[in-house]
Parts: sequence; structure tokens; C-alpha cells
Amino acid sequence: MAKINIVEAVNSALAQEMEKDNDVIVMGEDVGVNGGVFRATDNLQKKFGPNRVIDTPLSEEGIVGTAIGMAAYGLKPVAEIQFSGFLFAAFDQLFSHAARIRWRSSNRYHVPLVVRTPGGGGVRAFELHCECPESYFAHMPGIKVVCPSTPYDTKGLLISAIRDPDPVIFLEPMRIYRAIKEEVPEKEYTIPLGKAKIAREGNDVTLVTYGAMAKYVLQAAEKIQDKVDAEVIDLRTIYPFDSEAIINSVKKTGRAVIVHEAPKTSGFGAEIIATINEKALLSLEAPIVRVTGYDTVLPMAKLENYHIPSEERIIKGISKVMSF
Amino acid sequence: MARKIIEKFEIEYLQVLGEDGRCDEKLMPKLSDEQIKKLYETMVLARTFDDKAFSMQRQGRIGTYIQAKGQEASQIGAIFAIEDKDWLFPMYRSIAALIARKQPMHKVLQYFGGDIKGLESPKEVNNFPISIPVGTQTLHAVGAAWAAKLKKDKNVSLAFVGEGGTSKADFLTGMNFAGVFQVPAVLICENNQYAISVPRKIQTYAETFAQKAIAFGFKGIQVDGNDVFAVYKVVKEAVDNARSGKGPTFIECYTYRLADHSTSDDALKYREKKEVEEWQKKEPIERLEKYMRSKKLLDDAYKEKTAKEAKEKVEKEVEIYEKLPMPNKEDTFKNMFEEMPFQLKEQYEEFMKNG
Ligand SMILES: Cc1ncc(C[n+]2csc(CCOP(=O)(O)OP(=O)(O)O)c2C)c(N)n1
Repeated sequence: MAKINIVEAVNSALAQEMEKDNDVIVMGEDVGVNGGVFRATDNLQKKFGPNRVIDTPLSEEGIVGTAIGMAAYGLKPVAEIQFSGFLFAAFDQLFSHAARIRWRSSNRYHVPLVVRTPGGGGVRAFELHCECPESYFAHMPGIKVVCPSTPYDTKGLLISAIRDPDPVIFLEPMRIYRAIKEEVPEKEYTIPLGKAKIAREGNDVTLVTYGAMAKYVLQAAEKIQDKVDAEVIDLRTIYPFDSEAIINSVKKTGRAVIVHEAPKTSGFGAEIIATINEKALLSLEAPIVRVTGYDTVLPMAKLENYHIPSEERIIKGISKVMSF
Repeated sequence: MARKIIEKFEIEYLQVLGEDGRCDEKLMPKLSDEQIKKLYETMVLARTFDDKAFSMQRQGRIGTYIQAKGQEASQIGAIFAIEDKDWLFPMYRSIAALIARKQPMHKVLQYFGGDIKGLESPKEVNNFPISIPVGTQTLHAVGAAWAAKLKKDKNVSLAFVGEGGTSKADFLTGMNFAGVFQVPAVLICENNQYAISVPRKIQTYAETFAQKAIAFGFKGIQVDGNDVFAVYKVVKEAVDNARSGKGPTFIECYTYRLADHSTSDDALKYREKKEVEEWQKKEPIERLEKYMRSKKLLDDAYKEKTAKEAKEKVEKEVEIYEKLPMPNKEDTFKNMFEEMPFQLKEQYEEFMKNG
């Protein structure tokens, strides 16, 4: 088994699915000759040709809108949106069409479309190059949302997303694209959408997170392991999401901290808390704490580390729930 | 160094059948007498349905309805130029097109009566659900045509968009993708002079909508949209070109919306009665009748028979519609996904118990 990073895991999943199924195609800005600005589609055009790895005109609604037509016709497009801040141009196409074509056509047409985009900050990137749009899409009936956090998960989840018959937003953790290397099977494998991973077992507090934050939450949990035995749940997908895993864990620990980069108000953490309240309120021994981005624009490089939950802020959050 | 003209363009206009019902035989497309009769009968059927649906809305038997009145030639002429296996991307006003394209009329009523199942396409054709957002369907038509090209199928996509829709980014970027990838798509703009109350002049300063295609590198043409022969001829050429790998065409059908924008609109707030009366004279069905009469394809008896048969067909479909059962309360949960994800399933079970 080779040790690979997340970008390579994306590449490997794409190459294997394209090899296996002629209907899988890749499209987007700079994905062809250049192999993507992050190199996620490196060499794919050489292997599969310009009709299956397509450099498109620079138009996000154009990429997603034509991909919807292609998918309804019978292809399985994987569209890359170069940076997550530019996905909003395609919001209408996703909300008004991709998400509801199966429903509107009484199952005659469906949209097996994957929209990949790098999300999240922490790389000193330019404005609008590192947004966290996951909640908008988790709130959009008809769309699934995947937020992988490791190379192994990325490959298995992307293969599942490509094989899924419905539209999937695949939000890649840009900040740790190359930060983690791990052994990933060369053979194909899938990880089901909607199943969380217990990234660390523990008994004192449940830490719920997804995407790039999983790495920092794990680090925080390790750091304080002498004082607090934390369980870390990496959700992997936020629609659907594995409420059972969260509830089981909270019933055991009685405490929860939720960590995400996206702004706090109406962020996905609110949904997790509501779910805990519905199903495990009486097991709680402390109010739930959210460690999140603020309701501000994501600041530029110099201030971004104040905004994105740091190990320190996560540890403070844990201490707060443990103080009850 | 130089300062010179490096590109010029011309836009063709086609009219085969004049307002007086006389036609230019040299321009006449190849159509048998039977085909001409079929065109006529379909146009009468669509108009009869339109009138009926309008009155049903007034009686509260369906919800808001959108009339195609006056646009039968541009819609039905176009549909006659495609095959069942081709893909149709209609908009909310494409009702005459849908009727010509085998969509049962009771299904149309079912949709406007408030049941999404009315959008379901008959099996033998590929009718996409009508687009409610203006202009966005252009991209789906181009995407499907592109997929057909990549899969080496010989299928063509046909989309309708209003002239208001041409102002949308989705339309413009759709045209651009169509040109760049030379997809087998025929994009039709029904320029009916108004987008609700906003006149055509406010959508573009350009002389024609047809010329927008020039900027994207392919052919744009304007036709008299109330002349069913011109529409058929131009769309047929475009479809043949698309099918044989010669890329997309953009067609502006110059026409007029004889009815209000919808049953919730009052067009007299923004246009003169006189203007409507002027356009009434250019109306597509009467024009075709005049032609057919001169060619002995139509006499009073045939005209009456056609009207009577159309009425009967429509009444029968109304009956089917009115006997349709209420949709099941759980229908909304179906078809959101192939398989209900956990969260939805939980809500579904709760809804079935208490909803
Ligand atoms: C994106 C969008 N904006 C606004 C509306 C509301 N609306 C419905 S029809 C219409 C006018 C469209 O005019 P046009 O494209 O010329 O088509 P027509 O209705 O005249 O056939 C408007 C503004 C809409 N449906 N979609």
C-alpha cells in the first residue's frame, strides 16, 4: 500500500472510476491540460483524453448547469469548482434543478452529479478562495454533502459519491490537502455516505466535527488526554448525517463540543445540537459548546487564525463543558 | 499597424407565409398535404386547450395557468422538426409544444391543478420538466446535447426560451458552451415582445435577438414566428445540421403573446388594446387556414370538423383530469432521492404517523 495525501486520493478515486465506467467524466476550469490548480486531476486528460477530462469555459453556472443536462442524459459528470467561494454562482442550478429533477420528473430523470470543491480556510489564500458553504447545501432538499478529512476517507467517499445516483457536493479540506499522508489501498473501496467514524474513543466528552477540523480536534484530544478522555466523531458526511453515532456517544459521555469552521449562527453545529436535544437531552450533564468561526466575513491571511477554531480554542471549549 | 474591419455579420430573416395567407412557393419547406393538415389540426387543438384551460382557471378548476395563445406556430412548427428520441427542454409557456410532443393534456391540467406528476414525460419521448426559473433550461439542453455528442448518439436537444430569458447569465453561458463544444442543440427564442410587462427593448439594445449567436460563433436567424412553415423550415434545417455534426443554431421566432402573461396578469396595464388588435391580424392559425383554403386543403366542413374534434378531445382530457385522485400525502417524500436518506426517512415515518 502506498502512502498518499488527500489530493492524490482524489486523483486515484477519479482515475479508478473513469477506468471502470465510461460514463464518468471530469469537467471544470483548468482540470485538463493543467491537471487542476491543486493537481487533483493531474494526468487524467493524458489517460482518458479531452472528451472525458474537459477544460470548460470560465463559468461556474455553466459548468454545473451543463453537467446537470449531461447527468440527466446518462453521463456521470464530476464537476470541479476551482474554489468554494465561486460555487455560489451555481447555487440556483443546484437548488432549482439538480436537487429536484428526480422529484419533478416523477423519477423519469435523475442527476448523478458530483460537484467537487476545496473548502475551508487556513492556507492564507485569497478572499473567497476558502469558504465553508456546507450548511447551505445541507439545508437544500435533494442534495447530499460530503466533507472528508483523511486520504483514506476521501478515496472511499468520492467513489461512493460518484456511484451515488443523486447530486453530491464533495467539499475537500483544502487546508490539509497535503498535510496528511496515510496508507490507502490501491484497490477500489467505498465508504457509505451517512456513516460517521469514531476517530478516537473516549468516555468523558463527545467532540463532533468534520472536514479539515477533524485533524485539529484529534490533536486537541490527544493533548489533553491526561485530564480528559475525549471521544471524537468525524461525521464524514453532513447530509445525510450519522445522528445515531452522535446520540450513542453523547449517551455515554453526557457532554458534547461541536467544532466547525463555518460561522456559528445557523451553522451545522446548530443542527447537531438540535438532534442531541431531541434524542439525548436527558443524558446531558452540561450545556453543549460550539467552537466555530464567527458571523463575520472570513478574514484575510493576517487574521484568519483568530477566526478558524484553533487547538487552543477547542481545548477551552472542552474545559468549559467539563467544568459543569 | 492597421485599423480595419475584421468581422462583419448579417442576420437572415425568413417568412414563407404572408399575413394574407399567400406563400412563396420557392421557400416552401417539403411538407405533404397530410403533414400540413396535421400541423393545422395540432395548432387548433392547442388553441382549443388553451381557451379551455383559461376558463377552467377562471372557474377555479385549476390554479394559475400560462397561455401560449398566439405562439402556436413557433412551438408546434418547431416540434414537427424533431423526432421522438430527441430531447425537449420546455419552459412554462411551452404548452402548445408539449401538446404537439405527446404530453397528454390531462397531465398539463394535472400540473397546473397543483400536482407535480403532471410533468412526467410520456415514455416514448424525452420531455424534460418545464423550467420555472427563466432561462436556466438553456444549460440543460446544451448539457444533454453535449452528452449525446460524447456518447455518439444522434440525438438533438431543442430548448425554448423567452426573449426575457436571453438576459440571464445561464442563457448566455449556455450559448457559449454550445458554441465552444459544437453541441447538437437548437435553441429557440420566442420573442413575444414582453417579459410580463417589460418590453423587448429593455432586454437588449441589439437590433435582433438572433444576432446574439454571432458573438458565440454560430448561426442565428430570425423567422416570422407566426408563420408555421418558416418556423418548421428553419428548425428542420437546424436539427438536420445538429444531427449531422454541424453544431448548434439559435433561432429567434418573432411573435406576440396574445394573452396576458398569466392568468394573474392584466396586460392592459402596460400595452394598448390597439397593439393587440394589430397582432391579432397576424395570428398564426387564421393565416394557415387562408393558405389551406387557397390550396383546397381546407373547406368549411373540414374546418368545422377539426374544431369539433379538438373540442371533443379536450373535453375528454378534462374529464380524465377531473377524475384523477388526490395525490397521496406521502408523495412529496418520494423521488427526492433514489433511496430516502436517514434524516428524511425519520421525518417520513413521523409524518405518516402524525402528519
Ligand atoms: C429567474 C426568474 N426571474 C423571474 C421570474 C418571474 N417571471 C416569470 S415569467 C417572467 C417573464 C419572462 O419573460 P420571457 O422570458 O420573455 O418569456 P415569456 O413569459 O414572455 O414567454 C418573469 C419575470 C422567473 N420565473 N424566473
